[in-house]
Amino acid sequence: MEDDDTMITTTEDNKNNNKEPIESEVAPAIISVHPAHLSVAVAVGSDLRIFNLRDGCPITLKDELHKESIRAIRYGANGKVFVSAGDDKVVRIWDTDSWRCLYTVSTEKKVSAVAISDNGQYVCYADKFGVVWVVELDEFNENQAVVQKKASPLLAHYCSIITSLEFSPDGKFIVTADRDFKIRVTVFPKKPLDGAHEIHSFCLGHTEFVSCLAFVYNQDCPQGYLVSGSGDSTVRLWDHTSGLLLHTCEVGSQVGQQQANGTENDYFAITDLRATPDGSSIFVAVQGLPGIMLLSCNLSAKRLSVLKVVSVIGEDFIPTSLGTSLTSEYLWMVMGVSNLPGFNSSSLARVRVISGLTKCNSESGDDHYNILEDKQVPCGEQLLQQLQGSLSIDKDVFSAATEAVKTSMRNLLIKKQYSNERRDFRKRGRNDKKGKK
Amino acid sequence: MELDEKIASGDESNPCISKSTRLPRKRFYRARAHSNPLSDSHFPVPVSPHHVEYSLHYPHFYPSSDSQSNPKKIEFADVGCGFGGLLISLATLFPETLMVGMELRDKVTEYVKERILALRVTNPGQYQNVSVVRTNSMKYIPNYFEKAQLSKMFFLFPDPHFKEKNHRRRVISPFLLDEYAYVIRPSGIIYTITDVEELGEWMKSCLENHPLFEALTDEELEADPVVKLLSSATEEGQKVSRNGGLTFIAVFRRIVPAV
Repeated sequence: MEDDDTMITTTEDNKNNNKEPIESEVAPAIISVHPAHLSVAVAVGSDLRIFNLRDGCPITLKDELHKESIRAIRYGANGKVFVSAGDDKVVRIWDTDSWRCLYTVSTEKKVSAVAISDNGQYVCYADKFGVVWVVELDEFNENQAVVQKKASPLLAHYCSIITSLEFSPDGKFIVTADRDFKIRVTVFPKKPLDGAHEIHSFCLGHTEFVSCLAFVYNQDCPQGYLVSGSGDSTVRLWDHTSGLLLHTCEVGSQVGQQQANGTENDYFAITDLRATPDGSSIFVAVQGLPGIMLLSCNLSAKRLSVLKVVSVIGEDFIPTSLGTSLTSEYLWMVMGVSNLPGFNSSSLARVRVISGLTKCNSESGDDHYNILEDKQVPCGEQLLQQLQGSLSIDKDVFSAATEAVKTSMRNLLIKKQYSNERRDFRKRGRNDKKGKK
Repeated sequence: MELDEKIASGDESNPCISKSTRLPRKRFYRARAHSNPLSDSHFPVPVSPHHVEYSLHYPHFYPSSDSQSNPKKIEFADVGCGFGGLLISLATLFPETLMVGMELRDKVTEYVKERILALRVTNPGQYQNVSVVRTNSMKYIPNYFEKAQLSKMFFLFPDPHFKEKNHRRRVISPFLLDEYAYVIRPSGIIYTITDVEELGEWMKSCLENHPLFEALTDEELEADPVVKLLSSATEEGQKVSRNGGLTFIAVFRRIVPAV
């Protein structure tokens, strides 16, 4: 989408000496938790760090690793496989038992999101051209060599980066969100390798890029509803079967009130969200908000409301990615970036954990959510050593990381706006006019 | 609609408007033949089909700005309508059907808009059912139309994009057909025509291979009055026939395959 256009801009900018400082590509840290809480994975840049929660030991990956920033990691719903992918255009599918790489898939474009069908049979990934691809996994045995797989195209958003990819809880639909404000609900077909042609609905209402999707459901409402977070600082609740917008929760204004200390910033993009297993609450990570926002979700009334901000005392922790499992009471959060411009330390990853997700929140209100101290997290400092790379983290690194994440997200997802003069100037330098005098 | 007044007041000094027919003159609306559909767009796009301003486009059918009062919705979409020749013919052929042209080039859209406004003035009561929007239909079709809203979609003389690298810019492609199938109702019809044989083959094979579309039979093509308009009513079609060129038509119906 920006291929030839940006090329023109950069050359012109160079000529004019008014170019903005070149920012090296920064990837935010991401986290994923095994559905049965057997292990937890953090990706920072090209680094993939896994910790085995069942045995309490770090896992060393022996197979070939990613060469460039990892952008998406995820466990399958049955926990058997784990997928990692990103800028190096190779999707790696791992066995979560032996932690050996079972399959690799070469992709044409950089990968922006991954998902695994509930039965673990299909792995889907989305690329920067807006195409979603599907790979069928067959029975594997532990000792097989790495198998190279070929993917088939499943569906596409027209040349718009896909930011999030989710299967519906009943497995009927695959939902895709893009940077053109769209959420598309597509019927996941019986033969996905032939493509998914039947669009069930579009969920339209966001006015900026959509950054994250999640389903909320419980026993009373097993098909669930869709929640989405966006660059327009809202979290929205949708009936994905009809595309109907059920409720909009303005998170940005709430954050503004929280930060009464006068920091002039009215832009609060949602970076990630996760629902609790009972579907009653949603944790929302907001750019520029230290701590994490807690929304209550009333599925029968179809409403969202801001409960409070769970703040982290002692450090400016702004999570970039969240993870939960189906069974445990923990919400895992990571803040981090692949590289920090102007700092010696190459990357940053800070992991924090909130407990109390499975406790019933009937009369106790919402005060049972605790941010755990480093010694209290499952497996303690040994885990942090593995996932963070180090135990102590410099204070000023945090603010630099926050800025770096902001810029990288802005560069990736927000449409560049040019002034009229600038646009006229660009048109003057167009190649197709040069022949004529 | 400030133009209404301009025309009504008989602004003789405006050189962009022909004195004899009161229609805008095409030569004052020259535009590039091609436009990059991949570039980021900076024109306003309705957030959802509910936000399409029917009262602005069809004031005759929507006298108040409350679009909920009238259940009538746009049924025909001419994607890449160019200078609007087909729409103008269809407007009188289907006077009760709302139709819209979608065009990416700003100046061309402007021309069609003024053409329609001028026609409404010179032919009272007619052309109230036709309008035009400037948009990138490859990106924003779902923002304009609900599921199964359209009964006809037109793709006339689209940009051929010969290079294989640029095939993804073609307006008929396997993935985009999924979106068209979403907005077209079952048994709705998609019309395509081109004078480029290679593109004709491409569009036909895309449609043939799509599970939600089936070709019309020759008898059905013969019976459909719209098919004849494809080459005769459009500016591009007239140019082709002037030069004695061939055209390639593919007309397909939206079907619901048995599960």
